[in-house]
Amino acid sequence: MRREQADLVIIGGGPAGLAAAVAAYDSGVRDLLILERDSHPGGILQQCIHNGFGLHRFQKELTGPEYAWEYEKMAAERKITICCGSMVLNVSPEKLITVVSRKGVAQIQAKAVILAMGCRERSRGALNIPGSRPAGIFSAGTAQKYVNCMGCLPGREVVILGSGDIGLIMARRMTLEGAKVKAVCELMPYSGGLARNIQQCLKDFDIPLKLSHTVTAIHGKERLTGVTVSQVDEKRRPVQGTEEEIPCDTLLLSVGLIPENELSKEAGIRLDPVTGGAVVDEKRQTSCEGIFACGNVLHVHDLVDFVSEEAALAGESAAAYIAGKVSQDNVLELVPDGKIRYTVPQRIADRQEDVKVYFRVDNVYRKAEIRVTCDGETVLAKKRPVVKPGEMESLILTKEQLAKCRSSRLEFVLESV
Amino acid sequence: MVIGMKRELTCIVCPMGCDLTAEIENGQVVSVTGNTCPRGAKYAEQECIRPERVLTSTAAAEDGRVLPVRTDRTVPKEKLFDCMAEVNRLKVRLPITVGTVIIEHIAGTEANLIAAKNMERGK
Repeated sequence: MRREQADLVIIGGGPAGLAAAVAAYDSGVRDLLILERDSHPGGILQQCIHNGFGLHRFQKELTGPEYAWEYEKMAAERKITICCGSMVLNVSPEKLITVVSRKGVAQIQAKAVILAMGCRERSRGALNIPGSRPAGIFSAGTAQKYVNCMGCLPGREVVILGSGDIGLIMARRMTLEGAKVKAVCELMPYSGGLARNIQQCLKDFDIPLKLSHTVTAIHGKERLTGVTVSQVDEKRRPVQGTEEEIPCDTLLLSVGLIPENELSKEAGIRLDPVTGGAVVDEKRQTSCEGIFACGNVLHVHDLVDFVSEEAALAGESAAAYIAGKVSQDNVLELVPDGKIRYTVPQRIADRQEDVKVYFRVDNVYRKAEIRVTCDGETVLAKKRPVVKPGEMESLILTKEQLAKCRSSRLEFVLESV
Repeated sequence: MVIGMKRELTCIVCPMGCDLTAEIENGQVVSVTGNTCPRGAKYAEQECIRPERVLTSTAAAEDGRVLPVRTDRTVPKEKLFDCMAEVNRLKVRLPITVGTVIIEHIAGTEANLIAAKNMERGK
């Protein structure tokens, strides 16, 4: 087996991996490489042909492939090696990486590793929808790849389950390509997608959004012939007598994303059961020293711009670690109250700088106040007119505020008027 | 003639998706509230007069592969499907680079259709 060495190995060449590599290079790392499973870099951006990417990062509205291209150019200018067609099989806690490619199996000993593997879609199996198993049921992202990368329309009459952004985007995309999208069903009483996508993907094309509805039966033997949708009560149980059969040949599932952490688990990295990603500190270092994580493998983001931002932080941190400049003293644990489902980072290891904390809520709250307390004392309080599960929030804890924290627990509490 | 009509809109300019209220008098937008930036006000005015959208889609390349394309500015919303009809007739010559104009003034609009990705020949 070939045996190689590198200062920094980045697993995944999507938006997170590319941005991490560029930032690590700019922070002085020269011996680095990206391992990418696909035949080209860019990750999921290549199939996200809609616009709206890059408003924060580049102050312009780009499509996914254009956003990826901006980073591909930056990586090329820095002559960063991207090994495509390379799938990582294992990462050890000692940062020994086993990778398979056309050249065979190789092992790379790294000084630091950045995990940037992204996420995958929840499938039908995770939902337990009863019925037969006909053709015509796709995850929204699979359908997106068929339409946008392979030029195939997966069906003509479509029902979409789940109103996350991918489902909404696909409702518009299928409509533009000549399919009839009959309904988008959402289990929750609110959409999980961005408000702008409800407007420009559904309302623009008069596609009905059925909130508090789910698919309760699947019909058809060889090919899907229809689905039954039912209203659900507050406990998300189908209400008898509300069943409606909608004839269709295609069902798209947009029912959530799961960070892809098989490698992290094998490396023994501690995971957060809420995010499905690693527990990290403000530098995005995991419980395994020298292994960092960023992007959707850490927690699912709404906007790629924030993935790039987080990945740049991980890249800089990995560079500092390689140079021997990472301190871990006086650790603060961030404890969300449940209404705030999670925070990233989950811990703050170094209080020398301001820390931006991302979080997500479990419901729609109006006139919300987010309070950060330590030992009963309020460190920071922020008001928001409305917070929604579909939109990631953030706040900044200054180093002065952090310095004042006496106990090692920082509580995040949401109150709604 | 509508006097003192109010319209509730969701801003689509950026991911914040502000809830906008536009007040319309005599077919003119006289005030916009709820926006957090000037672009929101501009959007609301346009949306009440003649809604516009950027079109993103894919076109067939000459070798059968799929090339992402978009308009370089907004087109009137009611022209989206006319634009799609032109996109669907394309066989794009390769190679092509990001930003290259493929159709000028698509469907008689002020927008050009441009390539959103680099594509080499026969790969």
